[in-house]
Amino acid sequence: MTCTSGSKEFIDKSRRDFLKKAGAGVTTFTLASGVTLMAYPQAQKRPLDEPVSAKNRWGLLIDVNKCTPECDACVTACASENGWKQGGDPRVDAQWIRKLTVKNPKSGYESSFPVMCQHCENPPCVDVCPTGASFKRLDGIVLVDKHTCIGCRYCMIACPYNARSFIHEPLTDQRPWAPRGKGTVESCTLCVHRVDRGDEPACVEKCATDGNGALMFGDLNDPDSEISIRVATYATKQIRADLGLNPGVRYENL
Amino acid sequence: MARITYTTLKNRAGFFDLMIIFNLVIVAAGMGAVWYVEHYGHIVTGMGNKIVWGLPHVFAIFLIIAASGALNVASISSVFSKPEYKPYARLSGLLALSLLAGGLAVLVLDLGRPDRLLIAMTTYNFKSIFAWNIYLYTGFMAIVIVYLWAMMARNMDKYSKPMGFIAFAWRLILTTGTGSIFGFIVAREAFNSAVMAPLFIASSFVYGLAFTIVVLNLVARARQRELMPDILIEKFRGLLITFTVAVIFLTIILHITNLYASGRQDVEWFMLASGNIYSQVFWIGQIAIGTLAPLALLIIPRKTDKRRTLLLPSLLLLFGGLAQIYALLIGGQAYPLDLFPGMEISSSFQDGEVASYIPTLPEILLGISGISIAMLISGIVMRLMPFLPKGESA
Repeated sequence: MTCTSGSKEFIDKSRRDFLKKAGAGVTTFTLASGVTLMAYPQAQKRPLDEPVSAKNRWGLLIDVNKCTPECDACVTACASENGWKQGGDPRVDAQWIRKLTVKNPKSGYESSFPVMCQHCENPPCVDVCPTGASFKRLDGIVLVDKHTCIGCRYCMIACPYNARSFIHEPLTDQRPWAPRGKGTVESCTLCVHRVDRGDEPACVEKCATDGNGALMFGDLNDPDSEISIRVATYATKQIRADLGLNPGVRYENL
Repeated sequence: MARITYTTLKNRAGFFDLMIIFNLVIVAAGMGAVWYVEHYGHIVTGMGNKIVWGLPHVFAIFLIIAASGALNVASISSVFSKPEYKPYARLSGLLALSLLAGGLAVLVLDLGRPDRLLIAMTTYNFKSIFAWNIYLYTGFMAIVIVYLWAMMARNMDKYSKPMGFIAFAWRLILTTGTGSIFGFIVAREAFNSAVMAPLFIASSFVYGLAFTIVVLNLVARARQRELMPDILIEKFRGLLITFTVAVIFLTIILHITNLYASGRQDVEWFMLASGNIYSQVFWIGQIAIGTLAPLALLIIPRKTDKRRTLLLPSLLLLFGGLAQIYALLIGGQAYPLDLFPGMEISSSFQDGEVASYIPTLPEILLGISGISIAMLISGIVMRLMPFLPKGESA
C-alpha cells in the first residue's frame, strides 16, 4: 500500500465515519436520551466538527491481575496499528508499549503488565520541549507534532517512564494515521486517530478479544463512565505517583 | 597604567598556518560525520533510546560552559577593576564568543533534524529550559559583541565597564540555565540537583580560564614571543587553584546530598563505586588526571628557577572537565530509570538494565570539531583584528 492510496483510504473512511455518526446523531436525538448512552462506544463524546475540549480526560485502566506474562496482544496490536516493528534492536528501535515485569526482590512476587506513555496531566516532556512539538491536547492525550520536532531528545531525558523512542534510521511504509520519520521522537498516541472517530485504542480492543480484558479505556472526567466508576470503586495506582504528574494511565491490583 | 596597544596575530614560522590547516581538517572531518549521521540516521552512532545524548553533547556542553568562563578575564578587568587583566580582556571576549559558537554548532548538528534549525529559532515553548537557553546564548553573543565594541572602538571605553557588568551578570545566568537543563529533571537521579547550577558556574571558571591559558600559549608560539608576564602567570595560577577547589567542593556536595538520602544511594553506588566505566571516568579521568594532577602541578613549589608554565595543568583541567561532563551526563542516563522504587524491573525495552554506550567515530569527530570551530574563529579574528596586547610588558 502506497502512502497516497493509504491517505485516500483513510480520508474516505473518515468521511464515511463522519456521515455514519452524523446520521446516528440525528437518530438518537429523535429517540430517548437513554438510548444515546447505549448506542455510542466509550470514546464518542463529541461530533467530529467540534474541537477537542477539556471536558474529556481520556485514560486507561490496566488490571494487573488479569494480565498474564505470556500475553502480548496489546503490544502486537499497537505495533500493527501504528506501524512499528516488534522484536527489533531495543537500543535503537521504537517501542510505543512494552510488557514490564516487576519483581519484589524480598518476596519474589512477580507481575507483568503493559507500560506506555502515561499521558500525564503535567507532562515533563511537554515542559522541556523547546519548540512545543511535545504537547498535550485538551482531552489529556500527549502527542508529538512531527512537523516541529527538531529531534533534540530532551523529552526523552525528562520522561520518567521510558515512554519515548527516537527514530534512528529512515523508515518506509508508515501508516497514514501515524506519521513517523527519521530524526524525531515518538510515543504512544493513545491511538488518537481511533479515539477521534469514536473507537478505543488498538491495545484495548485487542486485549478484549485476544487477551484477558485487562485494559479499559474511557473518560476519567465523566463520572458515569465505566473507567471513572471503577477508579472510584477500587484502589488504583499511578506509576511514580510521587512525582505529581497525575498520569492518565491507572493500574489496578498493582 | 600605560596605554595598552593591541595588535593582530602575526604569522611567524608558519605555526599559525599549521594550526589553521589542522583545525580546518578536523572541521571538515566533523562535517563529513554530520552528513554521514544525517544520511543514515543516529543508528550509526552509539546513542540509542536510553543514552539519547552522547559524546557530541558532552563536547557541546563542555564548550558552552567554557564559553561563559572564558569571559572571566574580561570581567575581572572591567567589573572588579583589575587593570593587570585588561590586556587580555579582548581575547577573553573573543574566546567566549568562539567557544559558544563551537558548542552550539555541535549541539545543533547532533539534532535529529538539524534542517529544522529555523523552527528551533522561531517556535518557542517558554516553559522549556532549552528555550530559555536559546535566548541566553543569543543574548550572550549580542552582549559580548557590544562589550568588545565598547572596549575596542575609539572613545567608547567608558561604556566597557557597564557592558562588563551586564556581560558578567548574563554569563552567570547563562551558566545557571545550562546547569538547570540537568538540575531540573526529576526523572534523573544522578543530576537532579539544585547544585548543578553553581557546579557548572564553578566549572566554567576552570574550563574558561584553562582555555584562555592554552590559547595564550598557542598565540605566544605563533608570535614567537611570550605573552604573559610572571605576575599574571601567578594570578592565573591562583585562580585555577581556587576555581578547581570550588568544583571539588560542589562535586562533593552533589554526591553527599544523594548519599544521605537512602532512596538515592543506589545511583551513587553506580556513579562512584561500581567500578563501571562511569565511576572509572569519574575517579581516574575527572579526579586523578583532571583535578589532583593539575592541582599538584600548580601547588607544589618548583625546585628550579625555570619559568612556571600553566600549559600542562590547563590541558589536564580541560581533560578533567570533559571527564566530568561524560561521567555525569552519560552515567546519569545509563543508570536505569526507577519506575518502581525498591522493585526489580525488566522488559524488552531495557528497563532495569544499565544502558551501554560506545561512542562511534562520527560522534568523536563531531565533538572534536566543536573545539576546532572555536579555535578557527578565534585564530582568524585574531589574525584580522587587533585582539592581542603588543608584548609581554603591555
